[in-house]
Amino acid sequence: MENRKGRTITEKILGAHAGRGVRAGEFAIVSVDQLLGTDGSAPMAIDLFDAMGFKAVHEGSRIAFSCDHYAPATSARIAALHEKMRRFAEANGIALFRVGEGIGHQRMIEDGRIRPGTIVAGADSHCVTYGALNAFGVGIGASDLAGAMATGKIWLKVPHTLRIVLTGKLTPPAQAKDIILELLRRLRADGADYLALEFSGDGIASLGLEERIVIANMATEAGAKAALFAFDEITRSFLGERSVADCSPVAPDTQAHYIDTLTIELAKITPRLALPHHVDAVVPVGEAAGRPVDMVFIGTCTGGRACDIRDALAVIRKAGRIAPGVELVITPASRAELELLIADGSLGELTALGAVLTTPGCGACCGTSGAIPRDGATVISTGNRNFKGRMGAPKAEIFLASPAACGAAAATGRISEPSAVSPNGRIA
Amino acid sequence: MSFELSLKGRARIFGDDVNTDYIISSRRKRDAKDEQEMTRFLFEDIDPAIAASLKPEDIIVAGKNFGCGSAMEVAVTVPRAAGIRAIVAKSFARTFYRNAINNGLLPVIADTHGIKEGEPIEITVTQASTFVVLGDGRIPAQGVPAELVSIFIEGGLVSYLAKHRGFAAIG
Repeated sequence: MENRKGRTITEKILGAHAGRGVRAGEFAIVSVDQLLGTDGSAPMAIDLFDAMGFKAVHEGSRIAFSCDHYAPATSARIAALHEKMRRFAEANGIALFRVGEGIGHQRMIEDGRIRPGTIVAGADSHCVTYGALNAFGVGIGASDLAGAMATGKIWLKVPHTLRIVLTGKLTPPAQAKDIILELLRRLRADGADYLALEFSGDGIASLGLEERIVIANMATEAGAKAALFAFDEITRSFLGERSVADCSPVAPDTQAHYIDTLTIELAKITPRLALPHHVDAVVPVGEAAGRPVDMVFIGTCTGGRACDIRDALAVIRKAGRIAPGVELVITPASRAELELLIADGSLGELTALGAVLTTPGCGACCGTSGAIPRDGATVISTGNRNFKGRMGAPKAEIFLASPAACGAAAATGRISEPSAVSPNGRIA
Repeated sequence: MSFELSLKGRARIFGDDVNTDYIISSRRKRDAKDEQEMTRFLFEDIDPAIAASLKPEDIIVAGKNFGCGSAMEVAVTVPRAAGIRAIVAKSFARTFYRNAINNGLLPVIADTHGIKEGEPIEITVTQASTFVVLGDGRIPAQGVPAELVSIFIEGGLVSYLAKHRGFAAIG
């Protein structure tokens, strides 16, 4: 047995919640600080909770439900599921994010439910997002959610940690999305299976919290169990704005054991995209440049914040138009983000150009609500998954890219470099 | 804790990175009333003909990273509803793996590259080891981790918590 002295952020957080020191590879029962169920998972979890024979949840104030995957309800059956969530939430003191409030992950952050050093589990794979705030955010299933609502606990295996060192700073028009796409190219879709990622290095200081969210969010696309950023003044100030004052950030020990370390030089990152139908088929944007695009989707828990929509608009503005024949779909991550776009005039500018605005929520990302492309369509999206059929059309082809690259495609009607857009949508 | 189990079936071969939307599409989950209804759409985005050919004695045999993508539990419960009892893969995505354990669907990790479509295989779990029997040969495999056997043999987390009312029995 090797003599390991230090612990990773993951080992420290999980140990604090297991009531004993834990090391990677061990199984543990841990208490959970916050839980999330979506309309894609909570209705099933409610049934399973009943089947377990429990009458009341362990602590309602630690649970939130979000109506985001089917927003607004796509059928009477879905509307009934939302009503079922509402009743259970009301009876158990659970917070409910109603249709139109936005994506659960965004709402959890806005509500100050995500605090450094905590465990936040949710029946949705993108719970890894919370790692941006130095929290152990982890995706679980509906049975786990039911069990955790009842007992306040989940089982898990303490993951080994892969350290990702970010150095330097991005050069525009490269964006945070390009960093995680590059990481996916290097790790591949299974390269972080069962692993936690811990981000460190001087490059972190150059990334705003919303940029860190993009990176943590898509770590699940490499299989990561959690994706934790170190805590710094940027984290503190972001949390302060959301009324989170009691921060107990967790840093790794200097002698923590990592299974490997991977370094990314941010200055070398250029705009890139994931080709259909694999999140890890990542190439520079130039390799697909010129391909005509039918739909551009700006939204999701990855790329649907006001800053993302503004970044896309900034490129579209250079052309002064949305290219003829392109459907630009805007789905803000939450109502609060939508209101930011209303307040600064961005939304009016986009709709005047012909953009389609849909209800804050998951929208077209998983083909369950929002705008569904036709079969054969080429789509470019700020989202996180491009699997065949993902957006509801089995024969659509989905490219994943940054807001700037999606804006460039909207402006020119073709996949193009964000820097290549000129007036009237010509490609320079 | 340990348990013994032997499952015989016909291998149904799948590739690498079979994501949860390929197992059962999110749009079917939205529209179908229950898991039984969804079984006829299993694997449709890979090949719409697969679902009709699946038999309860079939064993899914796949490459690496089976069940990647969403954490949605129907990716496990719909194959269960179709009678599938075990999946052998080079590796699993973690959320699929935990959902499988939590629903009593046996996830077996083994080198599957030599197994062919339609071939009869047998999964044997004994106190000492787990392996996949293929013709005259045996492929070493990893079955259910000892710490999770108590959940698995109850048939999953719902039955386990209905009985134990908490995780005290595990630690």
